[in-house]
Amino acid sequence: MELTVLVIKSLVILAVFGITLLIATYSTYAERKVAAFLQDRIGPNRAGPFGLLQPIADAGKMFFKEDFIPAQANKWLFILGPCLAMLTALMSSAVIPFGDSIRYGSFEVPVQGIDVNVGVLYVFGVVSLGVYGVMIGGWASNNKFSLLGAIRAASQNISYEVALGLSIIAILMMTGSLSLRHIVNEQNGFFQWNVFTQPLGFVIFLTCAFAECNRTPFDLPECETELVGGYHTEYSSMKLGFYLFAEYINMFTSSAIISTLYFGGFQYPFMHQVHDALVDSLGSTVGHNIATGIGTAVLFGKIFFFIFFFMWVRWTIPRFRFDQLMNLGWKTLIPLSILNVVLTGAGLLFDKFKYATWLIVIVMIIMAATNAIKAPRRKPVTVPQL
Amino acid sequence: MNQFNTFLASFKNLTTAGYLFYGLGLITLISAISVVTAKNPIHSVLALIFTFFCLTGHYMLLNAQFLAIVNIIVYAGAIMVLFLFAIMFLNLKEEDEEAKTNVTKMAAVIVGGVLMVLLLSIFNYAPVGTYNPASFDAKTGLVERLGIVLYSDYILPFELASILFLVAMVGAVMLGKREAGDPHF
Amino acid sequence: MQPNDVAVNIPEVIQQIPLNYYLIFSTALFVIGIIGVLTRRNAIIIFMSIELMLNAVNTLLIAFSSYRSDPTGQVFVFFIMAVAAAEVSVGLAIIVMIYRNIRTIDVGVLNKLKW
Repeated sequence: MELTVLVIKSLVILAVFGITLLIATYSTYAERKVAAFLQDRIGPNRAGPFGLLQPIADAGKMFFKEDFIPAQANKWLFILGPCLAMLTALMSSAVIPFGDSIRYGSFEVPVQGIDVNVGVLYVFGVVSLGVYGVMIGGWASNNKFSLLGAIRAASQNISYEVALGLSIIAILMMTGSLSLRHIVNEQNGFFQWNVFTQPLGFVIFLTCAFAECNRTPFDLPECETELVGGYHTEYSSMKLGFYLFAEYINMFTSSAIISTLYFGGFQYPFMHQVHDALVDSLGSTVGHNIATGIGTAVLFGKIFFFIFFFMWVRWTIPRFRFDQLMNLGWKTLIPLSILNVVLTGAGLLFDKFKYATWLIVIVMIIMAATNAIKAPRRKPVTVPQL
Repeated sequence: MNQFNTFLASFKNLTTAGYLFYGLGLITLISAISVVTAKNPIHSVLALIFTFFCLTGHYMLLNAQFLAIVNIIVYAGAIMVLFLFAIMFLNLKEEDEEAKTNVTKMAAVIVGGVLMVLLLSIFNYAPVGTYNPASFDAKTGLVERLGIVLYSDYILPFELASILFLVAMVGAVMLGKREAGDPHF
Repeated sequence: MQPNDVAVNIPEVIQQIPLNYYLIFSTALFVIGIIGVLTRRNAIIIFMSIELMLNAVNTLLIAFSSYRSDPTGQVFVFFIMAVAAAEVSVGLAIIVMIYRNIRTIDVGVLNKLKW
């Protein structure tokens, strides 16, 4: 009785774990394909059909490289750094609800690692631990470029965490719960998705997610034009692989969290009608499970779109300068997110109106438009005809 | 001696959570000691982070979920990153600290030990009581319950805490700001 | 299985560990913090020992609050954490300034006010 629930639960956890790793592996391949597409190249196509075995070839290459530890490095901390990066990256996907629930006999097992009632705070805590891997690794390398990269990573992560947390608070105010499953269930109906109720919060969250993952345009900690390789300058072999892999896992997790918080998670339009039709035609067990499967597939579609978005931005937008990064974080995103919280609260107090933050968006669009109109226009240069 | 025997007797019929308390407590104390004794400041910081994780485990065992997570976010996620940051910035090495003399250390340990004995002997006479099975509420540590108390009875201290943060932020920026002529690191 | 339904909701630790043991545990943690303050000369480590003492108090407050089913103690812990965060930001700024001015954070060197 209890055992079946336990088996299904552990299968779900193992599946979440395996899927995270698999998607992170194939993100490396996707990254190179997307880069190739955006730069009008072909990309990897030698290993296997369409180059699909490329990640395995890369991993094999990583494993057979020399595992080098610098003589002056602090050996144990040098090893601990990548391990911590990997550990914290893998931990956060545990609370994400990947689907509704699986029915088995009389049991209903939710498709989620653990359903804690402080899920958002858990994600937030694990994210705030992610910086340790980078900092310890960078410090233990005993190299000034690594140390600079580590310090940059730490200051960047601390600064953007504040705006990240503040943008989530607006959602928590609307939902009234810290459980991610509750937040997903609250977004039933297309226009109830938080991206429509919290457009500004979504933009802030997305920007901060880029900064937390150390992805371009915020990849200052590993900026090769200034810091050689940043915090992983001294790393080689699979330790370097761990750092790179952790970045892709972080990308997957943050895509999943963005989809969960702002894009309705496993919800899709006409979900209840589809569910009822399936239950009617296939019975309450099989139909429900198939409906859950469709929901999970929809969630993964959203996640893949955001992973693609991360790559799209990386190969389109150049890197910020460090002072620009700090100014954006402290002087733009934090005040904006506080304004967002205040307006959301005002809207909720005034007759539970959820769409109050559109006001800021409208004001910003008007300001941008007037700026664009007022801006001094350069006269078109007339090319003298010879 | 009598107390020790009852302790041994109770030790035999513990479940997993009970053993977890003793194991976690031991690990916490060991890592706390290594915070104080580690030569390298970085090792000290890492040991303190580990201590905080163990304390989070204790909070979990006591069913105080919200504070367990907040402990990780605030202490391990923010405060200790600041410590690590400061130590990396100042680039402190092991040889930078001149150790105090052995006499001072001995005196400190004796003072600490005497304080501990004193406190424990006082606590021995204090009636600490125990839980009341009839009126026990397992949901005490959850967010909903704490939020209600925080926003009704303790709303004024809560608002004052925000002023404290503002003042602290202004103070930290004031202190850390480099004036013209200050040396670079 | 537990004998009665009420006991099922009570965490096992609370049922098995007397409250006295939490007193002993957090006293030990507090004393370790005190010894750290007295024996070390590095200002940052002294600061960390103070954090350790604060956490000893937190543990005790949470233990009492859980045993008594009274959320007030946990609200206090929340405030202690807020104060600790503010204290650390100002304290570390002071330590960094000290380092900038005298190139060390050894508290033994800071004796200019001693006459």
